[in-house]
Amino acid sequence: MSVQGVPSEKFGLKAVDGWEEEFNGLCDSTIATLKANEHLSLELSGESTQFMRLNNSKVRQSGTVTAGYVSMQLIDGDRTATMTVPFTGDRDLDRATVLEGLNDLRQELPQLPADPYVVLPANLGSSRDSHGGKLLDPDQVADALLTSVQDIDFTGIYASGAVVRATGNSAGQRHWFATETFDLDYSVIGASERAVKGALAGQAWDQEKFESQVRRSRSQLVTLESQPFKKIKPGQYRTYLAPAAVTELVFMFSWGAVSEASVRQGDSALAKMRDGRSLSHHFTLVEDFTQGTVPRFNSLGEVSTPEVPIIVEGELRNTLVSTRTAKEYGIKGNAASDWEGLRSPRIASGTLAEADILRELDCGLYLSNLHYLNWSDQPGGRITGMTRYACFWVENGEIQAPIQDLRFDDSLYNFFGPNLVACTDTAEFVPDPDTYEERSIGGVTTPGVLINDFTFTL
Amino acid sequence: MDQDLSKYFDYLDVDADWVGLRLISEKSTSRSVRDGNPEANSHSRDRGLMIEVLANGQFGYAATNRLTPESIQAAAVRAHRQAIATSRWAVYEFSTDVRPKAVGSYQSPQSTQNDLSVADTVGLLRQVCDSLKVSDKIIRTGASVSTIDTEHHFVSSNGSDVHQHFSIASSNFSATAQDGTVTQQRSDHGYSARSHQGALDALSEADIFARAQRIGQQALDLLDAEECPDTCTTLVLAPDQMMLQLHESVGHPLELDRILGDERNYAGSSFVKLSDFGSLVYGSPLMNVTFDPSVLGELASYGFDDVGIPATREFLIENGVLKRGLGSIESQQRSQVPGVANSRVCSWNRPPIDRMANINLEPGESGFEDIIGSIESGVYMEANRSWSIDDYRNKFQFGCEYGRLIENGKLTKTVRNPNYRGISSSFWRSLVKVGDASTFQVFGTPNCGKGEPNQVIRVGHASPVCAFENVEVFGGAG
Repeated sequence: MSVQGVPSEKFGLKAVDGWEEEFNGLCDSTIATLKANEHLSLELSGESTQFMRLNNSKVRQSGTVTAGYVSMQLIDGDRTATMTVPFTGDRDLDRATVLEGLNDLRQELPQLPADPYVVLPANLGSSRDSHGGKLLDPDQVADALLTSVQDIDFTGIYASGAVVRATGNSAGQRHWFATETFDLDYSVIGASERAVKGALAGQAWDQEKFESQVRRSRSQLVTLESQPFKKIKPGQYRTYLAPAAVTELVFMFSWGAVSEASVRQGDSALAKMRDGRSLSHHFTLVEDFTQGTVPRFNSLGEVSTPEVPIIVEGELRNTLVSTRTAKEYGIKGNAASDWEGLRSPRIASGTLAEADILRELDCGLYLSNLHYLNWSDQPGGRITGMTRYACFWVENGEIQAPIQDLRFDDSLYNFFGPNLVACTDTAEFVPDPDTYEERSIGGVTTPGVLINDFTFTL
Repeated sequence: MDQDLSKYFDYLDVDADWVGLRLISEKSTSRSVRDGNPEANSHSRDRGLMIEVLANGQFGYAATNRLTPESIQAAAVRAHRQAIATSRWAVYEFSTDVRPKAVGSYQSPQSTQNDLSVADTVGLLRQVCDSLKVSDKIIRTGASVSTIDTEHHFVSSNGSDVHQHFSIASSNFSATAQDGTVTQQRSDHGYSARSHQGALDALSEADIFARAQRIGQQALDLLDAEECPDTCTTLVLAPDQMMLQLHESVGHPLELDRILGDERNYAGSSFVKLSDFGSLVYGSPLMNVTFDPSVLGELASYGFDDVGIPATREFLIENGVLKRGLGSIESQQRSQVPGVANSRVCSWNRPPIDRMANINLEPGESGFEDIIGSIESGVYMEANRSWSIDDYRNKFQFGCEYGRLIENGKLTKTVRNPNYRGISSSFWRSLVKVGDASTFQVFGTPNCGKGEPNQVIRVGHASPVCAFENVEVFGGAG
């Protein structure tokens, strides 16, 4: 191989070195051009990531992505519009691009009607947070991941690098959050096509921890493949949902449930709780930023309290309220994102010891993962989805056989309501591997849950 | 830059078997009004480049939005290093055969430039909200439009030069009705179903306000409607729900990369095996499904896929028999199964993978009245609102916004929360009526998710009205 003119290889935070200074300078220079009555908020979202896609312990695709975007909201009086443009880290280019976008917004605002719920930017304090990591050299990733798995079918995605979120506004507020992380989301798949799901994420790659985890996945696969599938008839079964399965249900709370706007506008599954309906006293959901995996500030730079209790022991305490929603309905906001979804959810752990899960389950289904959830009746809180990966039939507290995948269709008012028997006494952090448009950070912290009469339909 | 993209090869210095550059620029505008007030007036500008390098039989890629010669050279080096570092672990040893030279262009039928000013556009959206609010029980009205202007320019070291310009428009109107604890929503054929290439015509159609009123009225009607019955019956699906049915239970299962295992950790695999192509009876003899990138104005029409393969109309399923997979040139080599030109990207920063484009069910011979008239008892459903299917694309459950009972050959009572479930491999064999061209409608969705890293892409679906026998239908939780 002969490669000439090779610039020094930069990866992780080094690849976005200088972005903080550039972004802050961009904020300053852009805000300096504002006219009277104009207000501006800017948000930077960027990353430098290596992606490696694996299939059957081989590399299907591998590459790097360096991308950044600046979103700006211009407000003039009570009129507002937004513009998102590329952020490259090149000072002159970015400033010209942002100014061009700003001028386009200026041209548009007089043509727009007044927005009664526009929220002016404020300065409630600035912050700076940067978390360096110890990541694999991009050239070494394939060897590190694949050398020890050549005798199995190891399939999934490895993503690694820096993620940046930052905001600035014309009130003088600045926030910077940068983190260097990796995220490995994989399946170990057997000859019968049964599979065990695994995830490993963090800021420092630990080869021994990776190999140890894969050994556990192999062991689980042996159990999964040791017996023929048991076909379970549709019906209601006592069911244990492992943390990864509960995580899928928690994601649903961000899709038309915990949002105050959705409650007010008729598309929240939690609207019945506003009318007095309760869930089980075992169920507590908190927006918890204390783990520090995601920034506490939202796209406008508003900072949430470290914890926002949403549902406490089955009672709805708070919804997520953006400042815009707060203004519309004359209520207090809680620095929620504009889409009013959960950014760092935690389900409170309970009292069920891990060693007692199977004994307490006694007879029923042990589900490691759920797949492709959707509301089947949103106002009724009813969710449908599939079982996936390592799911077993259990009798007398012992695993009997893996099951053929089942479709469930049940209401959260049942399975997180009177049918919720217990939560396990330890909660796991399940990383969010989502990479739509940009690499996600954070995840869900949750215990497993034991429920009665979970309804399966197909 | 666009015109001079191939000149970057003058600067690139990489010892590779093949190098490709894909520059994608996109401008979009979205406007939405809720309850007569502006909710969003947003614009987006994006521009970036992916460089793909083939070395040692393996592709490596690097994407950047810093379009200087130095930055592109650095990206080329990163892509090359990825190819070299992973080549001994490659799934398949590719050659330049999967990147044949291609030269050509494609242009959407019309520009998205419409004559409406910003003020007029937002003003019309506000009027649509007024029309949607047919009663005080309509607690939320929404009207939105978006336009997207995208250019894909692909050049390669072996002389490819493909320029495609897509103009896309979509719209959505919706009304939410509430009475006590009952809430129902109706939209304009389902969320963003009215997405297509060409001009933004949603606001210039003569019936715009009548359509909005009908949506509002149907939302209101649903409040007092009975729940969809729980029964096994004949199900008639409108084209705006057939879109989803085709997408989930025909499109995704036929993607060759799923069958080859690439998607098993994310979207899943398929109940279809490589050995099924050419012989599997997928559905009834009435079932004819095409991959058709040539339909004027359909959302995912194009001249070439994103690695430069010319796109042509192909039958995937003919008279019920599976003929061809949704597999790109790479998947075709890996699987030795015939495929289509569907190596697509959602953005400059994602690598090409097998995707749907326009997947259409070809019209049959039955008129709408003939279909309904032939059914003694059944349920008719419109507009998707819920979708879920297993990772092998077999066990599905779909929900619609609006249903009507079919009794003695006539559409009768409105029913709310209409849902149905089934198994793909048997569902399509129960297809008993396929509507004629008069029932054929073209829709699209901008939100098909797949791939690792994840990609959301635009696909088109067109279908006539269809009837299926012995389907399990049911209502809501109440």
